[in-house]
Amino acid sequence: MKKNMLNPIKVILPIVLIALACNLSSGQNQKDLNLNVEVPVLGQTKPILVSLDGLNGEVAAVLKFDLYVQGFNFVVPDAAQYQISGSNDGNVQGRVVARFAKNTILTRSYTGASLRQQAHAFADDIVQAIAHKNGIGQTKIALKAQSSNGNGEIYVADFDGYNKQSITHDDTIVAAPAWVPGRLAIYYTSYKRGNPDIFYHNLGNGQRHVVAGYSGLNTSAAASPDGSKVAMILSKSGSPNVWVCNADGTDLKRLTTSSEDSSPCWSPDGQWICFATKIADRRVLAKVPAGGGAMQRIPTPGAPNPTEPDWSPDGKWIAFTSQTGEFDICVVPAGGGTPTVLVAGEDSSWSPNSRTLIFMRRAGGRHVLSVLDVFTKQVKDIARISGSDSQPAWAR
Amino acid sequence: MKMMKLTYLLAFALAVTLADTGCKNHRPVKVTQIPGRSSMVGEPGGGGTMNATEGVGATGGGSTASLTDFEGMAADHTALAAYTAYFAYDSAAVKKSEGSKIQAVASALNADSSTKLLIEGNCDERGTEEYNRALGERRALALREALAKAGVDPMRIRTISYGKDKPVDPANNEAAWAKNRRGDFVLLHPKSGA
Repeated sequence: MKKNMLNPIKVILPIVLIALACNLSSGQNQKDLNLNVEVPVLGQTKPILVSLDGLNGEVAAVLKFDLYVQGFNFVVPDAAQYQISGSNDGNVQGRVVARFAKNTILTRSYTGASLRQQAHAFADDIVQAIAHKNGIGQTKIALKAQSSNGNGEIYVADFDGYNKQSITHDDTIVAAPAWVPGRLAIYYTSYKRGNPDIFYHNLGNGQRHVVAGYSGLNTSAAASPDGSKVAMILSKSGSPNVWVCNADGTDLKRLTTSSEDSSPCWSPDGQWICFATKIADRRVLAKVPAGGGAMQRIPTPGAPNPTEPDWSPDGKWIAFTSQTGEFDICVVPAGGGTPTVLVAGEDSSWSPNSRTLIFMRRAGGRHVLSVLDVFTKQVKDIARISGSDSQPAWAR
Repeated sequence: MKMMKLTYLLAFALAVTLADTGCKNHRPVKVTQIPGRSSMVGEPGGGGTMNATEGVGATGGGSTASLTDFEGMAADHTALAAYTAYFAYDSAAVKKSEGSKIQAVASALNADSSTKLLIEGNCDERGTEEYNRALGERRALALREALAKAGVDPMRIRTISYGKDKPVDPANNEAAWAKNRRGDFVLLHPKSGA
């Protein structure tokens, strides 16, 4: 033992190896960036090709789901840009090799929690190693799950629909869940008291209270990015309009006087509230300063009847629903431009990394939630929650 | 002294582990510990506890009647069921054809000043969800205004929108949609003894 302790090779070698590995891996990142110089275009970007070996069962299923909806696709090892391998015997161990450079860019093992959660964590590390951004594997959603009698409950779940938990147990009509950014808390609409009222619900301690319970409609709550304010639709003054108040319900202020407003959302800098309205007999998207002021139109040429806007967390895009005969998920540059029609669906919500949307699509008599990579248009349904699932809200 | 020795041993053990796993066997070097997931919901069974501030903002204001004025009244869904008003697609305009129904509802309310009215606005399934919730409210408010013109005190009327959550016919065709684009009138009586 003492002899070993004094052996410098045993002590220094690993340090040298670690330094070498860091060097190699950062060099590899440079090369990858050069390979991927193509500027991603909404709906037209080619997926990154990967292969998967040695992982199976639930772990492989989680990896395939998570990576597919983040712009990766699966091929045989010889055709892959990156080769993912590993094992899930007891716990997840994984490795990613850049095939052309023949460099290992990620090698890691996972312990704790469940194999499923370890797989999500590995997927996030793969996204970070290859695409250099935060993955969505360990993110959460809230949603409305409705039974055939029209009543429903608010649920939270992993973004892929697993680990679902009912937040309400009221057997009444519910609507429009919305997260408070960075907190375990949501707003939603509930008819529990015989009127559509907006509740604030602390998921940490289960306490909730009414934030807006005025006569008429109280719905479509949206928390400001810093959580200090909430925008919503109230009809207390005789028509559904956009109002804003403090998180505790005080300092209520009416922001719009148009007659057909719905679905407010915040710009990530907290300066603007975007919503759907009608101007000169046309349904349009518009924005108003969060502190009050003149309304400005957000043109969506070629995408008529826009509703349900959601501003991306990076500030670049506004996703919305366009209605022609059917409904389409569209994305328009927040600063103005031409919308891109992505897929059939409604009511989209951005992932925290502004790359994936979760949305509702109609499937026969019920509603199903799907996730969509906006660049490759790769899309998959998430696991069914309960009955008819709609109004997804991505925690961010 | 003993402490220092222990630390030295631990550091050494770590180095040996790294050397073994990192070089010889090509085992993963980095290990990510994932914390076990406790329930996201604090209260067992999902919480949903109402606290003392439940009533914040519950009183009305502005132009619509206060909800508290309608508390404890008994709802009669059948008395005015024959007068359900129907709407055109994506419209909250009260059609001329519904004029006689408005008059009949106004007469019923004016015949008994102790009664009040709840108007339930509803939509077909073709709009988006929160758009329809607002549209249903606009329909109910339009009927309230029509009743006001017919001589009913609007403060006796409250509105509720169910959006597309309460269709009378769940079928996916024009005949069903036409039945679902509606405003239902619910007569409210003071509860006996109240």
